[in-house]
Amino acid sequence: MKGMRNVALTILLFCSSILVWEVIVRAFEVPTFIFPAPSKVAMALWRGFASGLYQKHLYHTLLETVLGFLFGSALGFFLGTAVALNRYVEYFFYPYIVMFQSLPKVALAPLIVVWFGLGLQSQVINAALVAFFPLLVNTMVGLKSTDEDRLNLMRSLAASESQVFWMLRLPSALPFVMAGLDVAMIFELIGAIVAEFVGARAGLGMLIQSMNFNMDVSGQFSVLLILSIVGLLLNRCILLIRRRILFWDPSEKERLERERITL
Amino acid sequence: MEAIAVKELSKLYLTRDGSVQALQQISFSVSEGEFVAVVGPSGCGKSTLLKILSGILSPSQGEARLRGTPIIGPRRDIGVVFQSPVLLPWRSVLDNVLLPVDVQRLGRDGHLKVAMDLLSLVGLEGFERRYPWELSGGMQQRVAITRALIHDPAMLLMDEPFGALDAMTREQMNLELQRIWLERKKTVLFITHSITEAVFLADRVLVMTPRPGCIMDDVQVKIPRPRALEAMNFPEFAPYVHSIRGRFNAKGMIDA
Repeated sequence: MKGMRNVALTILLFCSSILVWEVIVRAFEVPTFIFPAPSKVAMALWRGFASGLYQKHLYHTLLETVLGFLFGSALGFFLGTAVALNRYVEYFFYPYIVMFQSLPKVALAPLIVVWFGLGLQSQVINAALVAFFPLLVNTMVGLKSTDEDRLNLMRSLAASESQVFWMLRLPSALPFVMAGLDVAMIFELIGAIVAEFVGARAGLGMLIQSMNFNMDVSGQFSVLLILSIVGLLLNRCILLIRRRILFWDPSEKERLERERITL
Repeated sequence: MEAIAVKELSKLYLTRDGSVQALQQISFSVSEGEFVAVVGPSGCGKSTLLKILSGILSPSQGEARLRGTPIIGPRRDIGVVFQSPVLLPWRSVLDNVLLPVDVQRLGRDGHLKVAMDLLSLVGLEGFERRYPWELSGGMQQRVAITRALIHDPAMLLMDEPFGALDAMTREQMNLELQRIWLERKKTVLFITHSITEAVFLADRVLVMTPRPGCIMDDVQVKIPRPRALEAMNFPEFAPYVHSIRGRFNAKGMIDA
C-alpha cells in the first residue's frame, strides 16, 4: 500500500519536473542550441533510434566498456593478488604502482590513440586502465586484511598455504573486490567516453562531439540521457552480482534491510 | 601413556621494549580422557600455553608432547575451540562443521552423518542449513565445538570458550559441555578465568600465577558426575573455589 503510494509519487514528481522544464523553456523562449525543451530531446531520441544511429554507437560504447571492464579488472585482480601474496612483488612493484596510480589515467588517452589507433582496441585499453587500479588496490587490501582469529583457526587445522588462500583469504577479500568492481564500473564509462573524445570512429562519446560541432544540443541531451541510463544499468548489474556473492556480508545485509524499509 | 605431557615449558615474547616472559618453566601432565581446567588471571599466559599446545606458536624452551610425540607444528589430532566462535560467514552451519574435513581431505561423504550426529548432540538439529549470523552467540559456540570434534581428535583444547557469553547461557553451555564430554570421553584442556566454571567442569584444576605464568597449584576436584548446576551450592563445592581463590588472594590478586 505504502509502496504503491511511493511509486505513484515518484512518477508524479518526474512528470511534473519535466512539465516545469518544458514550460520554462517555452515561456522564456530559450534557444534550442542553449537549452532544449524536453519535447525536443525526446524527438532527437526518437530520431536517433529510428534511424539506427544510436544503436550502432551505443553498441560500440557498451562493447568498449564491458571489454575494458573485464580485462582491466581481471588484470587488477591478478596483480593485486600477486602483490598481496608475495613480499618481493610488493617490494619491487608497489612504488611504481603508487606512482602510476596518482596519474589521471585519462591523461594517457592521446598517447594510447597514437599507439593503438582510432579503433576499438584503443578505447578498450583506455577503459581497462581506468578499471585496473580500483581492483588492484582493493584486492590487495582485501587479501591482507584477513581476520587473525580465522587465520589461527586455519593454522590449527594444519591447512596449507593454498587452502588458506582459497578457503579463507579469497572469500574474506570478496567484499573489497566487489567494492572495487563497483567503483571500476562507474569509472569505466568515463574512460571509454574520454577515449572516444580523443579519437574514435564510433561510440556515444564521438557522437556527442560531432553533435557539438553541429550545434545539435538536443541531440547531445538525448545521448547524455542514454549514457546516464547505461551507467545506472551497469551499476545495477554489479549490485545484483554483489548480492548473490556477498549474501553473508554484514554491509550487504544492512543494505537489504534498508531497501526493504524504504520500498 | 599421558595424553599431554608438558616439561619445563617457557615462552619469551620479544617486544620493542625488551622481552616479556609469558610462561616460565611450566610442567604438568594430563591423562587420557581427563578434563583439566587451567585457571588464572588475565595475562598469565594461559592463551600462550594453548597456542603452543595447538602448534600455532613454538615454545622458547622445553617441550610439549601429545600422546608421546612432541608438538612441533599444527597437528590434525587436536580440536581447538577459541574464545570467539570464529565461524566463516559464507559457509552454512554444516559447511562450517565440515571445515576440518575439507582442509584435511577426509572425505565429506563419510563425515556427513558424523556431522549430523554431532549437531544433534549439541542440540542444533535442523540448523545445518542456516548461516552463522542467523544464530545466537551460544549456538555459534556450539557450532565451534562441533567443528572441533568432527575429525575425531584425540584432544580438545578450549580457550575461554564461554567467556563472551552471558551468565545464563554460560551455565547452560557448561552443562552441555559436561554432557558431551561424558558421552565422548575426549581429553580436554579447558582454559578459563572463572574459578567456579573450572571447578564445576574439571577433574583437575591447574592454578596459574600472573606473568610470568607458572603453575602454583594442582587441585583434584572429587565431586561425582554428572554434576548438576545445583552442585555449585553443595557443601563440597565451596571449599574448592575457596581454596583456589585463597591462592590468588595470597598473591595479592583479585579475580572473578
